[in-house]
Amino acid sequence: MTRELKYLGDRVARGMMDRRAFMGRAAALGVSAGMANTILAGAVQAAGAMKGGILRAGLQGGESTNSLDPATWASSVPIEFGRTWAEPLVDVSPKGEIEFRIAESVEASPDAKVWTFKIRKGVEFHNGKAVTPEDVVATLRRHSDKNSKSGALGIVKGITDMKADGDYVVLTLDQANADLPYLMADYHLMIQPGGGIDKPDAGIGTGPYKVAENQPGVRHVGTRFENYWDAGNRGHADRVEVVVINDATARLSALQSGQVDMINRVEPKVVKLVKRIPGVSVRNVSGRGHYVFVMHVNTAPFDNNHLRLALKLAINRKEMVDKILQGYGSVGNDFPINAAYPLFPDDIPQREYDPEKAAFHYKKSGHSGSILLRTSDVAFPGAVDAAQLFQQSAKAAGITLDIKREPGDGYWSEVWNKKPFAASYWSGRPVQDQMYSTAYLSTADWNDTRFFRPDFDKIIIEARGELDPVKRKALYREAAIMVRNEGGLIAPMFNDFIDATNDKVGGWVNDPNGEQMNSMALAKCWRKA
Amino acid sequence: MPMVLKLVAQRIALGLLLLLAVSVLIFAGTQILPGDVAQSILGQSATPTALANLRRDLGLDDPAYIRYFRWLWGVMHGDLGTALSNGQDIATQIGERLGNTLFLAFWAAVVAVPLAITLGLVSVRYRNRWPDRLISTVSLASISLPEFFIGYVLIYYFSARHQWFPSLATVYDGMPLLERLRAIALPVAVLTLVVLAHMMRMTRAAIMNVMQSAYIETAELKGLSAFKVIIRHAFPNAISPIVNVVMINLAYLVVGVVVVEVIFVYPGMGQYLVDHVAKRDVPVVQATGLIFAAVYIALNLIADVVAILSNPRLRHPK
Repeated sequence: MTRELKYLGDRVARGMMDRRAFMGRAAALGVSAGMANTILAGAVQAAGAMKGGILRAGLQGGESTNSLDPATWASSVPIEFGRTWAEPLVDVSPKGEIEFRIAESVEASPDAKVWTFKIRKGVEFHNGKAVTPEDVVATLRRHSDKNSKSGALGIVKGITDMKADGDYVVLTLDQANADLPYLMADYHLMIQPGGGIDKPDAGIGTGPYKVAENQPGVRHVGTRFENYWDAGNRGHADRVEVVVINDATARLSALQSGQVDMINRVEPKVVKLVKRIPGVSVRNVSGRGHYVFVMHVNTAPFDNNHLRLALKLAINRKEMVDKILQGYGSVGNDFPINAAYPLFPDDIPQREYDPEKAAFHYKKSGHSGSILLRTSDVAFPGAVDAAQLFQQSAKAAGITLDIKREPGDGYWSEVWNKKPFAASYWSGRPVQDQMYSTAYLSTADWNDTRFFRPDFDKIIIEARGELDPVKRKALYREAAIMVRNEGGLIAPMFNDFIDATNDKVGGWVNDPNGEQMNSMALAKCWRKA
Repeated sequence: MPMVLKLVAQRIALGLLLLLAVSVLIFAGTQILPGDVAQSILGQSATPTALANLRRDLGLDDPAYIRYFRWLWGVMHGDLGTALSNGQDIATQIGERLGNTLFLAFWAAVVAVPLAITLGLVSVRYRNRWPDRLISTVSLASISLPEFFIGYVLIYYFSARHQWFPSLATVYDGMPLLERLRAIALPVAVLTLVVLAHMMRMTRAAIMNVMQSAYIETAELKGLSAFKVIIRHAFPNAISPIVNVVMINLAYLVVGVVVVEVIFVYPGMGQYLVDHVAKRDVPVVQATGLIFAAVYIALNLIADVVAILSNPRLRHPK
């Protein structure tokens, strides 16, 4: 049946058959309209796709401590390999829209508190079982268990009730949240048979590839799953491989010598040279990740807003983008949102380097003596250099920064979110609400600027339940201005994701959601003949 | 001969004691490191609840000495425990990695040791003439360059430019032997260059030392050929320092090659250890450290025993 549908889909894609005829034939084959539409879209999008061959990725971010349990995923390799063998309810498309996967459609109650996902029929796990709404509920339940160690615990804990109802899964939230579908696209929330409760790291999912080899920190191999429900769209190669290459030079030479077809995290300083290698393309896209310095607004001397403003004005953002990112990025504006987000408030003036104004605010703050800034290589690539640039530009405003270089080992547990002024990195989130809820609400788990403002919380919670995009955008603008002018975040730059591929890779689409096409490069690309 | 057996037994007992001391040291070291396992496993995006849950599950709430003795007890019963970070059995994981490390070390040794000794002998034969100078210069140059530099140069030339050998030495289960050997060709070359000079110079120096003796002069006066004098008469008396330096280099090939592993993406013990240190995975770090220590101690033991056997004077200490 699938083969016939695919054949028909290809005919539509080549203009040999019209859409209505296709839908009619599909209905005759007993396929729902939703499924038929997805198949058609896939066929049209992947019209140039080629089947077969091996696709290899050499990636940084894999350790011998990795596991196939999606709840534990935190680095590039398990996530990208995970995207080849498992799928969540929905994905976020490169354009920032919801793309339905295990769920076929979703509806919200008018108060955005009750969300009903229709679960797609005919989707099969690698163990031969069909996906049921019960599997979905069990998966969400596993991740939201209070005792769970899931990285998605913070995302799903607002769900007060979840139940399967026929073909549907109904989620009830404690607060209205217009972004719930985006939260369900989190890479931890991979649908597993029985929720993966019995054996979380079994590696059984619904993705286009089956786990064939799993050697954490070394190599992972997937072979094509013949019964994949969306074969027109994904899973073009016969076999995908992820090789863990944590050394930047080794990664590049593996790409250059053709041992891998794509790599992540090309260092900005070598991009110019990489561009000259024949047969290699650099794929860079501006993302939502940002390199920052965070101040605790409740700790002296950073509890004085004049001092915070002085520091924000004393940083040279353009210089940072040029020297730290080699131009592969964009300047920040001291709030954690950029144009890659839906509903970005684009009319807030850009804060510029202004040593005179900085000196003015510094004087008003009444502070004297030096200020200690902690940094480390692991905070973000070039964080030590960035701190030194900051030191120089602040000096021109009469502000003395002392720089302390902390060991990379233990930086995230001992320095970041503990010390009052430190370099840090945020990888960004698919929607604004999630970014603010993660780090700026009073109740946020990682409020790394100690921003406790009830008036700010009110705006974010109101925006969260607001289904009207115009009103929502206005609310987010207000929130952004508040963080920009009164918060503890100094956001000098947003970094690009820089990947590289050889010329055998087809179907690459830049995706601002994350590196490697939001970790879906192996699942979506194909190998050219 | 019972004398020798007693000596060996003594050495082994001493070695075991040393191992115990090393295990305490490693444990203390991992305790001093900042940060904790739970935070390192869950990363920057860990919620306090998830952290507390993980900490409790891992038994991190018990005092350090209890965790140490619990682990020691397990090791004595052949149970290295499970890795804290991914819940896999350590013995199986290490077994695979150790196999890879020994595979690489073995082939590097097969190339490097005979080559070093032969070159050492050749140097002595043509001492202070051009073959000696050439060998010395080249091997000293190669030891002076950091191994990552040699590695990158070889990758650039043999892999990026000419694609004769792969730059990735990733070996995996079920890889055919020939393919495996091809994969490790470059790392073996780097390791050979790194350890060659040390062994070669030591061989040369040790034999030169013996060459000053009166009996060598006698041998020469008997009319024996130069190579025969060196191999039959000088070499046996120079064995013990040579074996010592060979063993030190073999130990290095097993425990000290993490940089080469990273550059060539070779799945050996070094990379495995570094990953687990970063995650504060104490049981794995302990087990790995212990294995490394055991390798060092065992190889030195062998060096001692060989030295004693080859030198009658050491066999009968006063």
